[in-house]
Amino acid sequence: MSTDTTAFLTDSTLCIGCKACEVACKEWNQLPDDGFKWSGNSYDNTGALGHSTWRHVKFVEGTPEAGIGGNSGEQLPAWSFSSDVCKHCEIAGCLDACPTGAIVRMEFGAVYIQPDVCNGCSYCVVSCPFGVVQRNVDDGRAFKCTFCSDRQRAGLEPACAKACPTESIKFGKLDELTAEAESRLQALKARGIHDAVIYNPTETSVGGIHSLFLLRGDPSSFNLPPQPEAPVIYMKKGWTSAAIAAGSMLALALMSFMGARR
Amino acid sequence: MSHLPTRVPDVESESRLADIRRKAAQQEPMNGGVIPLGAPFPPPQVTKGYYEIPLLKEPQWTNEIPLYFFVGGAAGAAAVVASAASIMNGDPDLVRSARWVAALGGLLSPPLLISDLGMPSRFLNMLRVFKVQSPMSVGAWTLMAFSTFSAASVFTNLMRRKLGNSTPVALIENAAGMLAAASGLVMASYTGVLVGATVIPVWNKHVGSLPMHFAASGLNSAVSILELMNHDDSRALNILGLAASGYEIAEGALIELDRDRTNRPLQHGRSGFFVRLGGLLSGPVPFTLRIAYALTGNKKLRRAAALSSLAGSLLTRFGWVEAGKASARDYQIPLSRAQS
Repeated sequence: MSTDTTAFLTDSTLCIGCKACEVACKEWNQLPDDGFKWSGNSYDNTGALGHSTWRHVKFVEGTPEAGIGGNSGEQLPAWSFSSDVCKHCEIAGCLDACPTGAIVRMEFGAVYIQPDVCNGCSYCVVSCPFGVVQRNVDDGRAFKCTFCSDRQRAGLEPACAKACPTESIKFGKLDELTAEAESRLQALKARGIHDAVIYNPTETSVGGIHSLFLLRGDPSSFNLPPQPEAPVIYMKKGWTSAAIAAGSMLALALMSFMGARR
Repeated sequence: MSHLPTRVPDVESESRLADIRRKAAQQEPMNGGVIPLGAPFPPPQVTKGYYEIPLLKEPQWTNEIPLYFFVGGAAGAAAVVASAASIMNGDPDLVRSARWVAALGGLLSPPLLISDLGMPSRFLNMLRVFKVQSPMSVGAWTLMAFSTFSAASVFTNLMRRKLGNSTPVALIENAAGMLAAASGLVMASYTGVLVGATVIPVWNKHVGSLPMHFAASGLNSAVSILELMNHDDSRALNILGLAASGYEIAEGALIELDRDRTNRPLQHGRSGFFVRLGGLLSGPVPFTLRIAYALTGNKKLRRAAALSSLAGSLLTRFGWVEAGKASARDYQIPLSRAQS
């Protein structure tokens, strides 16, 4: 990880659910619509990240206990929002899986799919532990967040970060944002918000992400996996099994024809 | 560099983004008592997840891929059978048939793979790099090698038959046959790594047995194809068929006995039906029929075993791909994994 590595810090305690990031992302990257379907899931009609959705605001609803965090008296439903995005993993499953070399690591650490190299094999789709990458069946190729590589090269912040009115989406250097997340976490805890957590799975085979999240509560209620694993951890077991299979098949074939000769 | 994102920010694009931000900031808060900011967090519900929306994406492979697993596996195993028979001075007709099965499978496989691609015209992009960390890349190169060598072994075999035997040509045929067998061993087993080394829970749970399971399935179908090509008096083939279907019995039993939630797609629903029927048709049924053949010498029993194995082998691959799709739809598994 170089010092040029850039990152997002998505602070869900500041998110107001305005979806400006979704709109800005679609506009800048000129992405197609998602089909204009009503989901019935709160105000979230986007559902999940996909080939045409690179930012997605999640609306987590619930009825909290009275008297905590400003919700006095009546039992009112509460919202918690968080803007999801490609994690740009340190050990990226999609990047390792790509057989064409279309998926590359950019100079600022982003994981990027080169659209003119991708041949649509969709192996990256089953290699992403966060369910980010998806093949557009009309176009044939796989798509995901580019980390606004074009804007970053021009020295600008990604479109979503620029459009965020509350600075819930922060953009900067990875090491600086990691420190900022930590100090923000301490500030929230000092204010009595003890369920605040930083989501950055450094302990798993993903080895850390470049899109940090600051959330309240269990990340799994935001559909963030508690233990995301890159497929690389299964390789040794798989190839060992393949070697055993190959060895036994060869031995078996030789033995059976030798036995039959006699 | 045409492959890099090329959109250039300008005054217009930047003022448009600023506009989105301004509009969002001016939005009136929602009425109705919902407290968006600083409100207590709802208790996490792993059983509910996020509106039960799956966290993982479903595999987007079309039916050509399980069909390719079947064809490639059978062809790979056939190349192994051809070389083993050739080394052990087996029936030359059997060697020739096995070489043909391998070569035809090697010819049929690339079109199957290509037609599944979202951009079929870009198949060659797979050959611009070799990535040992990508089973898909290893597989594409293995297939290229296998198709070449198995076709070469058939071509030289044909030359020998039409133009008379010659030692140099026989040497080339055997060398090509060996290389086809070597790549055939990978062809028959790598597809298990391909599906096993992914994030799909039911696939990666079985990463340690899928390559062996698929290889046994490939051997089972190669033997069966050869038997249906009138090589139904070869004792060696019957032994191989018994070994492969015996392995399938064990594999099926292991899958059935593990009632873990991750295994549900292998035991329930459409995918469970395919996997179970496939297991039955490639394990116990042909095993029993082959034993009965060995005892009675009735070739009809052996042919029935071959047909059953072929159907079972094909169903097994379809079942496993379907199971992967069903597994990705089970939103609870990736959320409930222990953090320890």
